[in-house]
Amino acid sequence: MDLQIALLLGQDGVTNGAIYALLALALVLVFAVTRVIFIPQGEFVAFGALTLASLQAGKLPGTVWLLLAMGTVIALIEGATAVRAHRFRRLPLILLLNCGAPLLLAASLLAVSPAGLPLPLQVLLTLMLVVPLAPMLYRLAYQPVAEASVLALLIVSVAVHVTLTGLGLVFFGAEGSRTPAFTDVSFEVGDAVLHGQTVLVIVASILLIVALYFFFERTLYGKALRATAMNRTGARLMGISGDLAGLLSFTLAGAIGAFSGVLISPITTIYYDSGFLIGLKGFVGAIIGGLASYPLAAAGAVLVGLLEAYSSFWASAFKEVIVFTLIIPVLLWRSLKTRHVEEA
Amino acid sequence: MAEERSVVLEVRDLSVSYGKVEALHGLSLRVHRGEIVTVIGPNGAGKTTLLSALIGLLPLRGDLVYLGERQSAGRTVEQLVRQGMTLVPEKRELFADMSVADNLLLGAFDRYRAGHRDQLETIDHVFDVFPRLMERREQMAGTLSGGERQMLAMGRALMAKPRLLLLDEPSLGLAPLVIREIFRTIAHLRSIGVAMLLVEQNARAALQVADYAYVLETGSIALEGPSGSLASDPRVIESYLGLGGRH
Repeated sequence: MDLQIALLLGQDGVTNGAIYALLALALVLVFAVTRVIFIPQGEFVAFGALTLASLQAGKLPGTVWLLLAMGTVIALIEGATAVRAHRFRRLPLILLLNCGAPLLLAASLLAVSPAGLPLPLQVLLTLMLVVPLAPMLYRLAYQPVAEASVLALLIVSVAVHVTLTGLGLVFFGAEGSRTPAFTDVSFEVGDAVLHGQTVLVIVASILLIVALYFFFERTLYGKALRATAMNRTGARLMGISGDLAGLLSFTLAGAIGAFSGVLISPITTIYYDSGFLIGLKGFVGAIIGGLASYPLAAAGAVLVGLLEAYSSFWASAFKEVIVFTLIIPVLLWRSLKTRHVEEA
Repeated sequence: MAEERSVVLEVRDLSVSYGKVEALHGLSLRVHRGEIVTVIGPNGAGKTTLLSALIGLLPLRGDLVYLGERQSAGRTVEQLVRQGMTLVPEKRELFADMSVADNLLLGAFDRYRAGHRDQLETIDHVFDVFPRLMERREQMAGTLSGGERQMLAMGRALMAKPRLLLLDEPSLGLAPLVIREIFRTIAHLRSIGVAMLLVEQNARAALQVADYAYVLETGSIALEGPSGSLASDPRVIESYLGLGGRH
């Protein structure tokens, strides 16, 4: 390996690592607030990438049907609850949020041809289609069992993951998609070439991480999420309900997932089931951070990206093996280092 | 209503069970506006259970009328908080890794969500009541002393501008001097119009500050009356105020 290859691999590793870092942060957030290990995080990456690809190919992305279906089911459930409690004034809002907004989005997709829109608008449409699925999933799959054990919530996550992967196959087919690069610019750095897309991914990831930091440190809603993670009872007594915190953290995780998908789709070909492995690598990063520390999780995820890039050069057949084996020494080290606390 | 003061909270025939075990049986009590009502009783009588049930953390049976409105069985903590009921829990339940100022701000979360933007003003009032919190505003809540934690828990509750404050054992685990300070603050809060339901093992201090008192024993009300007359009731003196009675 000469320096040029090393730089190239490093560039690859950091790019993927930045995406894994975003996913790791989302996983830590969702786990800290709701105790859910959000395996379907990866599906949001795939849905984000494939929805954007569908829009660019001039097709109606299948996610729109999922949005409409889940919105309708939620409207029925919430509507029935409101009627039983005689709170009829809530009905219009419930309908508007869960049925009206998705319908409007579907109609506008049919009215304008998204393929001809500029890229930022296509990305915006993608996010509008995919991100709401996350809080809807929380409402349908997790909220009814929010008080269950971590293991039960994990099982729900597996079920949601399998369902979404299957739906992904139905919506997008078995062929993979790759979107054109956002930019063709490239820089010469010494001997190596730095691709504009790489820079874009890294810069966008850093910006998103900074935005998340400000959200958690400077806004009351961000603080409310941290408060829920620290002390659920204390937070409830302040009027921060577990449902609100769950919906909010899932929305953030969905946004991070979909946005990661949009960022990564010009770099790798994404298939309907590619999300799982990508999410799992974010998960390894999150584990390095003990599912609790945001900076450690992000650093761990970048490490995963680098390890993956270099092992693909030396032992490409064992690339995934090497990455996932990383979890064993990390867990050993963590279990030796930390005092074990039984889950209450 | 013919009464001279409006009723903030009225509870009739309230029962609370943990599974098959009934912890509170057929309890009735009332809190008027601007009044401190105390519930005293030994450890394990069900005092904390009573407050947890009132704020919606535990399911209850019976009638609960708050601010003239009957509360449905499915009422949630969040709904009650929105209506101005706030609990200062026995365990304080602070956000340990956040600053004092952030803990206080979160106390106003529900008002913020409802569109009120007077948090900075409210926090100044809280600092007036607890100047110590002002000094410690940047410190992490987890590093505070026991007394400061109780002040923070109360200050955080005040940020919600409560109409009824439920106080669960505010004196628990505190040094006598600090207890005196806390009870001075409780008296001050009444003077600015906050109604309080105070649950205490420290019967002497509670009866001194309260207007009306209930004695809770093994899940039901054993005695009730204006604090002054309860404090001179031989049964109360013997069980709660006697030489050995300072729980």
